[in-house]
Amino acid sequence: MATTLSRDAVAGRPVDPAAPLLAVEDLRVEFRIDAGTVRAVNGLSYTLGRGETVAILGESGSGKSVGAQAVMGIIDSPPGFVTGGSVRFRGVELLDLPEAERRRVRGNRMAMIFQDALTALNPVFPVGWQIAEMFRIHRGLPRKAAGEKAIELMERVKIPSARVRAGSYPHEFSGGMRQRVMIAMALSLDPEILIADEPTTALDVTVQAQIMSLLAELQQQTGMGLILITHDLGVVAEVADQVVVMYAGREVEKGPSLPVYHRPAHPYTLGLMDSLPRRDVHTERLRPIKGSPPDLLAIPPGCAFRPRCPYGREICAREEPPLAAVTSDRISACHFWEEVSRERAGA
Amino acid sequence: MSAPAPEPVHHGEVVLRVEHLVKHFPITRGIVLKRQIGTVKAVDDVSFELHRGETLGLVGESGCGKTTTARTILRLEKPTAGHAWYRGRDIFTLSGEEMRALRREIQVIFQDPYASLNPRMTVGDLIAEGWRVHRGVLPKSARRGRIHELLELVGLNPDHINRYPHQFSGGQRQRIGVARALALEPSIVICDEPVSALDVSVQAQVVNLLEDLQDELGLSYLFIAHDLSVVRHICDRIAVMYLGKIVETGDEFQVYDDTAHPYTTALLSAVPIPDPAARNLGNRILLEGDVPSPADPPSGCRFRTRCWKAQEVCAAAEPELIDRGQGHPVACRFAQMEFDPAR
Repeated sequence: MATTLSRDAVAGRPVDPAAPLLAVEDLRVEFRIDAGTVRAVNGLSYTLGRGETVAILGESGSGKSVGAQAVMGIIDSPPGFVTGGSVRFRGVELLDLPEAERRRVRGNRMAMIFQDALTALNPVFPVGWQIAEMFRIHRGLPRKAAGEKAIELMERVKIPSARVRAGSYPHEFSGGMRQRVMIAMALSLDPEILIADEPTTALDVTVQAQIMSLLAELQQQTGMGLILITHDLGVVAEVADQVVVMYAGREVEKGPSLPVYHRPAHPYTLGLMDSLPRRDVHTERLRPIKGSPPDLLAIPPGCAFRPRCPYGREICAREEPPLAAVTSDRISACHFWEEVSRERAGA
Repeated sequence: MSAPAPEPVHHGEVVLRVEHLVKHFPITRGIVLKRQIGTVKAVDDVSFELHRGETLGLVGESGCGKTTTARTILRLEKPTAGHAWYRGRDIFTLSGEEMRALRREIQVIFQDPYASLNPRMTVGDLIAEGWRVHRGVLPKSARRGRIHELLELVGLNPDHINRYPHQFSGGQRQRIGVARALALEPSIVICDEPVSALDVSVQAQVVNLLEDLQDELGLSYLFIAHDLSVVRHICDRIAVMYLGKIVETGDEFQVYDDTAHPYTTALLSAVPIPDPAARNLGNRILLEGDVPSPADPPSGCRFRTRCWKAQEVCAAAEPELIDRGQGHPVACRFAQMEFDPAR
C-alpha cells in the first residue's frame, strides 16, 4: 500500500535496530483523587519481541489494565499520572513524546482492543463505515477505496458475508462478531503491537476459543507482538510465551509461562494455581488464598501480599521484597522465593 | 482416563423433580394492536431430578435457557407447559399463599453481589429481611443472635452486623448473599453463576464455603454456571443445555471424561486448561459461527447446523434424550458411548 510513513522511524526519531519491539521498565502510574493517591502501577517491567505474546496476569485492581493504558498513552490526566519508568518502542522513548506525536504512534504502530466491544464501537454508524474511517483519516483514502479496504479486513477476521454485514450496526452483531470488528479496526493500520485487554472475558467459551485462535493466526501472518491482559490463567497458559503476574500494582513474578506455571516462585502465583479447578482432572478440595486483595489507598507496608501469605514472616512487614532472579530469565518479588519454589519441586 | 463405576450418585429423596418443562416467550410487534409474530423457545422440554444433598449443574452458553429454567421453577416466569414438583407437591398449581411458603424452601444466590444487595440496608437488615416476610421462621427476640450465627457460618465477622454492602469486598458480599439465602433454612439453593463475578483467589473461598454448608446442612444445589471447570469441581451430576434443551446428563466422569454428545465435546475442548504443557490450540474443535436464534431453532437436532457428525437424518427428527443403560442420557443419534466399537 502506498504510504508515506516509514516504518524505520518513530515520530521522526530513527529506531534502534537492536532494540526489542517494546521495552517497559519500572513503569509507575498513580491516580490523584480526593481520597488520596492510588499507586495503581508500582513497578512493572517487561520486553516484547516480534511475534511474541506477553501476558499480564492479575486480578481486579492489580494494575494490569492501567499499565497497558500507560503504554498506549491513553490515561486520563488528571487524575492519572505516569510518574516514572520508561516505555521504549523499538528503542524510542514514548513517554517523552508530545501528545501529537504520541497520537500518531497509536493506531499506526500499536493498537488496543477492549473487553467490551459494544461500548467501544459507535452505535450510530455502520461497522463498515467505522472500519473505513481508519483508512480515510489516517491514510487519506477516498471513501470508496476505504470502504473496500474495510470489507477486505472484515473478511480477514472471518466475519461471514462481510460485504453485506459492513452495512450493519454494532447492535446487530453478536458479542463474538463485535470483537472481530474491533480486531479488524485495530489491525487496519498494520500495527506492530496489539494490546488486548480482557478480549474474551465477556464471551462464551466456544466464542473465546474462536477469537483466541483468530488472534494467534493473525499474529502468525503479521508477526505483531501481542500483549494480553487477563485474569484467566487458562487463556494465559494457552497462548503466552512470557507471563507477568501482578499484585497490588507490582509485578510479583515474571518468566516464561511453562516454568512459572509448573514451579511458581511467588506465593501469590502458587496460591492462584492451587485455587483453580480444572476441567480435565477431578479435584477434591480447592486451596484458596485467604483474605482479599488490599485497598489500593492503603497498601500494607513491606510486601503487599503479606497479610494473605502463608510464608509471611516478620521481615515481610518491614521490607518490600527485592526482585530476585530465580533463574536467568525468571524473577520473583518474594523474600522466601526459594522456599516457595521447592513446593512444586517434584512437578 | 477410566471412569469409576458409573453408578449415579443418589444421596436421598428427590426434592425437586422437573418434567417436560417448557417456557416460550412471545415476540410481539405493534403497540396498540399487539400481535404475536414469533416465539422464543427459551426452555423446550426440560426434565431432571434433584436429590437431597446433591449438586446438579446446569451448564451451557448464554441464551441456552439455564437461568430461565430456574426462574420458571420459582414461578418468576409463567411456565408454558410441564410440571415441577417440590417433594411431591406440584409447584405450578400452588396458590399465592402456598407459593410464598414454598419460596422459603427454595432460595437463590445471584451472580452479581454488587447488584443484588440493597445498598441502603445494613448487613443485619439484609439477612433479617426474609424473616419479615416469613414471620413464623424465627421469633423477633431470637433474630439478632441468629444473624450473628449466620455471619459466623459464612465466615464474616459478626461485629460487622451494622455495616453496609459497600464496605465489603466482592467475595464478602457474596458471603452476605449466602447468609441471606440460608436465613430461611431452605432445602434447595439455586446458585445462579454464584462465583463468576469474583476474582480467582476469592472464587475458591466461596466454592469451598458452598461445599461446607452443603455437608453441614444437607442442602441441595441447582448450580447454574458457564465455567465448566468450577462445575466439574462442585457438581455431583451435570446437565448440559443447548438452545433450550438438555443434550447430555451424567456424573462428572461421564460428562467430562466419557463425553458422548458432540456439543459437550466441543464445549469442553474450548475450555482452556491452566497448564502450558497441555496446549491444544491445534487440535481443538472450533465451532463455526454463533448459536442459532432460539426464535428460529434448526429443525430436528438443534445442534446439527454446527455439528461435524450431522447427517440428513438429524434434520428430519429431533433426537431424544435416551439413557442407553449407563445412567448417562444423551440426545444424539451418533453419540460416542463407552461401548462404542469405533473407539
